[in-house]
Amino acid sequence: MLKDITLGQYFPGNTVAHKLDPRTKILLVVLYIVALFSAKGVVTYAIIAACLALCVRVSNVGVKQLVRGLKPVLFIILFTGILNLFFTPGERYLVEWGVLRISDTGLRNAVFMVLRIMLLIMGTFLMTYTTSPISLTDGLERLLNGLKKLRVPVHELAMMMSIALRFIPTLIEETDKIMSAQKARGADFESGNLIQKAKALIPILVPLFISAFRRADELATAMECRCYHGGEGRTKLHVLKYERRDYVALTIGAVILIAVIVLARFGL
Amino acid sequence: MEPILQIKNLTHTYGVGTPFQRSAVEDITFDVYNGEFLGIIGHTGSGKSTLIQHLNGLLKPTSGQILLHGRDIWAEPKKIRDVRFKVGLVFQYPEYQLFEETVYKDIAFGPMNQGKRGEELDHCVREAARLVGVRDDQLEKSPFELSGGQKRRVALAGVMAMEPDVLVLDEPTAGLDPAGRENLMANIRDYHRNKGKTIILVSHSMDEIARNVDRILVLKSARVLMSGAPSEVFQQAGELLSAGLDVPQITRVARVLKERGLPIDPAVYTVEALEEQLLALRKGGGVC
Repeated sequence: MLKDITLGQYFPGNTVAHKLDPRTKILLVVLYIVALFSAKGVVTYAIIAACLALCVRVSNVGVKQLVRGLKPVLFIILFTGILNLFFTPGERYLVEWGVLRISDTGLRNAVFMVLRIMLLIMGTFLMTYTTSPISLTDGLERLLNGLKKLRVPVHELAMMMSIALRFIPTLIEETDKIMSAQKARGADFESGNLIQKAKALIPILVPLFISAFRRADELATAMECRCYHGGEGRTKLHVLKYERRDYVALTIGAVILIAVIVLARFGL
Repeated sequence: MEPILQIKNLTHTYGVGTPFQRSAVEDITFDVYNGEFLGIIGHTGSGKSTLIQHLNGLLKPTSGQILLHGRDIWAEPKKIRDVRFKVGLVFQYPEYQLFEETVYKDIAFGPMNQGKRGEELDHCVREAARLVGVRDDQLEKSPFELSGGQKRRVALAGVMAMEPDVLVLDEPTAGLDPAGRENLMANIRDYHRNKGKTIILVSHSMDEIARNVDRILVLKSARVLMSGAPSEVFQQAGELLSAGLDVPQITRVARVLKERGLPIDPAVYTVEALEEQLLALRKGGGVC
């Protein structure tokens, strides 16, 4: 059950999508999101969907994996869709069924809203699927480097993020183990009402937190033993460098974004 | 003797239908008899942990059956919890599962889930604590104040308190110092002697297994390599060694002595047994 979580999962590969600089990919995702939120009509949505399809094709990530990423947010998608569908006032009503009315704008909004969320999630997932967490945080750190002048602890934040990502699988494994151990003592996580179910989580959460703190403590000690003292004067093993393909990808991304914004102006 | 647990053609495959598909246990068949002390030994990754998680229904077999008192444990999936009370499983490093405010409450977690209350509960908890050597004044302490070894004992008591018919222990002494190991094993032996309950001990220390169990099951790459009384298994010490498994240190000594020409039985697995043989030799022929 817990193994279904795909958040931050990375599928190694050797495609252009994998080889792009992580900074390029982050920037492209930002452009993609801006484009997605400026899109207004069928044409602009189609352009964005086509871009995503092309990227998926290039990256060699299976469509199945991408769709599987939508599973955890299925509820939010449905909720947004239904809310928009029934509660948007419009000029013409297509269906009237007591309080439930579907207007033409409602239908339009619902479809576009659902599409927007789905494209948003699939697009960002494509990035995490093709970029290892380490290079992702590396790229983020470099991108935000300028903020250091404003005394934002960029390096520390990036380090925190890499540590968090690193420990997700470990904690999942740990949770599995603790759950099995408590089940062996007759713990019951399935039956009972909501309060009983919440109470049944205590035997899992307490040991999990304790072990997380213990791990944090050990990790901090280990880092200190290797003279870690923050980002100052720290050099990188792999220095990020923009290549030709990065410039090309960024240019294409920018052109598409401008096209989408212009087209959206005309309501397309 | 009648078998309490029967494992029949048990196979468990992880990741069916994915490229990572792999059998952790394959076609394993053996019986566990009432009141015996069975040792399971094997390398890391030989399938020990997967195997024992089937015994109390934490994992469901891909194929094959597990019979408890002659009944398939998966006959009624809804009643699988009852199986977990009858087959108590203590995981590796069980001290990490402690969560209650006091040692007493933590030991009581299992029996409370069984529905025990009042005096019956109190009796179970105190008895289990006594069996593993947790003192009365420690019962009201927080389990997190205790030392590692004591935490381990509390966790063990938490399973013993359910009064299971079969107690399965996965590497109970891992990470303890030699004195702590011997101490804990002594507690487990006492439990076995006094309660007469079946114990399955999983370990990769041959010495520990050899000293304690009545019968050994050797696993290698998901299958049963051999099984039998310690004397039978260590008779095949050569085979064990070529399978990459260890034999007790004293068996190794005896094998070398035999190679050097001493007329002794190399299948000994306790210091006392070898001592006896050597003393007998000395009296008889004066070889030593």
